[in-house]
Amino acid sequence: MADERVLWCHDLRRSFGGLVAVDGVGFYIDPGETYGLLGPNGAGKTTTISMIVGLLDRDGGEIRVAGEPMTTRAVRAKREIGYVPQDLAIYPDLSGRENLMFFARLYGMSTSEARRRSAEVLELTGLSDRAGDQTKQYSGGMKRRLNIGIGLLNRPKLLILDEPTVGVDPQSRNAILESVEALSGAGTAVLYTTHYMEEAERLADRIGIIDHGKLIAEGTRQQLVGMVGEGDQVRLSAAGDLTRAAADLAGRSWVRQAKAADGTIDLVVDDASRELPAILADLTADGLAVSSVQVHEPDLEAVFLHLTGRALRD
Amino acid sequence: MRAALLICAKDLRARLRDRSALLIGIVVPLGLAFIFNGIFSGISGGGTVLNLGVVNADHGLASQQFTSEVLPAVARSGLIAVHPEATLARARALAANGTLEAVIVIPAGFSAQVQANQPAAMQVIGNIDDPVSAQVAESIAESYAADLNRVRLSVATVAAGRGGPALPPAQIQALSARAAAAVEPVAVDDVSAQTKELNQKSFFAAGMAVFFLFFTVQFGVTSLLEERSDGTLARLVAAPIGRASILGGKLLTSFVLGVISMAVLVAATTLLLGASWGNPLGVAVLVVAAILSAIGIMALIATLAKNAEQAANWQSVVAVILGLVGGTFFPVSQAPGILSRLTFIAPQAWFLRGLGDLRAGSISAVWIPALAMLGFAVVTGAVALTRLRHLAEV
Repeated sequence: MADERVLWCHDLRRSFGGLVAVDGVGFYIDPGETYGLLGPNGAGKTTTISMIVGLLDRDGGEIRVAGEPMTTRAVRAKREIGYVPQDLAIYPDLSGRENLMFFARLYGMSTSEARRRSAEVLELTGLSDRAGDQTKQYSGGMKRRLNIGIGLLNRPKLLILDEPTVGVDPQSRNAILESVEALSGAGTAVLYTTHYMEEAERLADRIGIIDHGKLIAEGTRQQLVGMVGEGDQVRLSAAGDLTRAAADLAGRSWVRQAKAADGTIDLVVDDASRELPAILADLTADGLAVSSVQVHEPDLEAVFLHLTGRALRD
Repeated sequence: MRAALLICAKDLRARLRDRSALLIGIVVPLGLAFIFNGIFSGISGGGTVLNLGVVNADHGLASQQFTSEVLPAVARSGLIAVHPEATLARARALAANGTLEAVIVIPAGFSAQVQANQPAAMQVIGNIDDPVSAQVAESIAESYAADLNRVRLSVATVAAGRGGPALPPAQIQALSARAAAAVEPVAVDDVSAQTKELNQKSFFAAGMAVFFLFFTVQFGVTSLLEERSDGTLARLVAAPIGRASILGGKLLTSFVLGVISMAVLVAATTLLLGASWGNPLGVAVLVVAAILSAIGIMALIATLAKNAEQAANWQSVVAVILGLVGGTFFPVSQAPGILSRLTFIAPQAWFLRGLGDLRAGSISAVWIPALAMLGFAVVTGAVALTRLRHLAEV
């Protein structure tokens, strides 16, 4: 089974002196799947990534990439990975094209193949016009795009992005997220670490929540939110007898809580997106004119808070 | 090996593009070699040819012996160029405009006065701005005058010993010839060849080249630390290549930069400065050994540093100390006592000694200096390599 996964890691452990950075982490990623590794700073995300990429020796556990065992010396496993480090890792005195050519050749491509692939990546990252400029002349966003582009050069089965949007402006950030969605859609397995909940929610098919070196929860977004046991919150503004309307709604089986106050009705329901039409129909039948509706679903922030007692960005 | 070559090519491209290696490896040492040679030529006169004018208004036996035997022997030293001048007026004019640094004048009747055992004098015209050249010319004239006086004294001694009437001219001439043949008139020895010292131009060319070699090779080794702080080392380690390829690429970069720097400096100082490095094969052996020793020492220092900036600082300090002790700015081997022996703790001293030995002897003379430098390379390089493995970890 482990050999069929693009990434399979089991019981990873790593300590630095007396500090346990990663403690028994294990997960897998299948082709075309995006796995979000979510956790606060210092949770052990980068150490986990470093072991998977082969930068760090591990104290214990096992890693397989496309069926190949990964160690710091594993050349075959490394061929299958595209790695985008957290910090910019490009050469400022070389042009964008020269950076790409260098890494393409380092991954074993011939000169002509490297030239062709570099041109494709330049096109993909929108840097073709500035390909000949030294990267120290690039804007921050351009450098970020090139940084990601280098990770795509070898058409990896597994693309690993370690917090690629840290310090990035909103426009570039959105472009990066779109690129990841496109790659995942094209069949690339993606391991994406972040401490931004919204990015994990948007990109990841499955999410692992890591804290203090341990994987404390894992699953789809719905599965994780389900762990919290909270319902969706719906707030309606309307004119009329709100107390009676709230009492009527409280009789519905899917309404967990209904309360009227200050011109609004606050509800807690099982699934707001499914039940909202029925709510509006009931209020209209009661003769209320609804002026606004707000829906708030429990998010991963709430999940993290529920699991650790701390906010994700603490 | 392929990956090491790729890393080396990438590093060389970056280094040549930011021009730092070009400046440190070629421009600065070449410029300093010119400057030091110019300064010390002005002080000592060494390395330049003294243009000595000679006006022979006599054309007698004694003056012809001076112009045909003494002066050619002096000229063979390579330090003095003799320029016979027809008239005293022209010689004065050339001395006045600096074409000639000094002039020796043999007045008419000089030989006749010498043969008649009468007072005779040669004149030296010097330049007040160049007292050293005038003193050299005076020394040459005095040496010859002393030799003539010795011959005259020998003949007079023989005549006085016989008693009786004065000796006939033919006998005096025969005695003079025998006395003169008894010794060399003036001997100019090739001191530099005997003491295996480089001439001034070659010394400064070689000294500056090997001094800055230790700075040039830093670029390759220290870039490993730069890559670590810049984050690109993580990308190299994550690539499907061995860590030995990364280290190899960095060391190869140092070696290639060293070879380029030394090759350009040898060629440029030979063509532009007139430096004489010696047998090309011997020079090549010494250059390669010097580069390897420089890489070993600089790599070892880099492994002790926490970051690229600290490494560069420490390497610079060590390079300057070794350069000074190794005699790259002045010949420490001529210094008294312990300093002349201490110099050989520096590979630079072995390099300069090797070049000196090469000039004085055959190519086999370079093996001991070359082996000494390779010893530095092996010892420091071995320690550095074990530590460099840790440096290649992210």
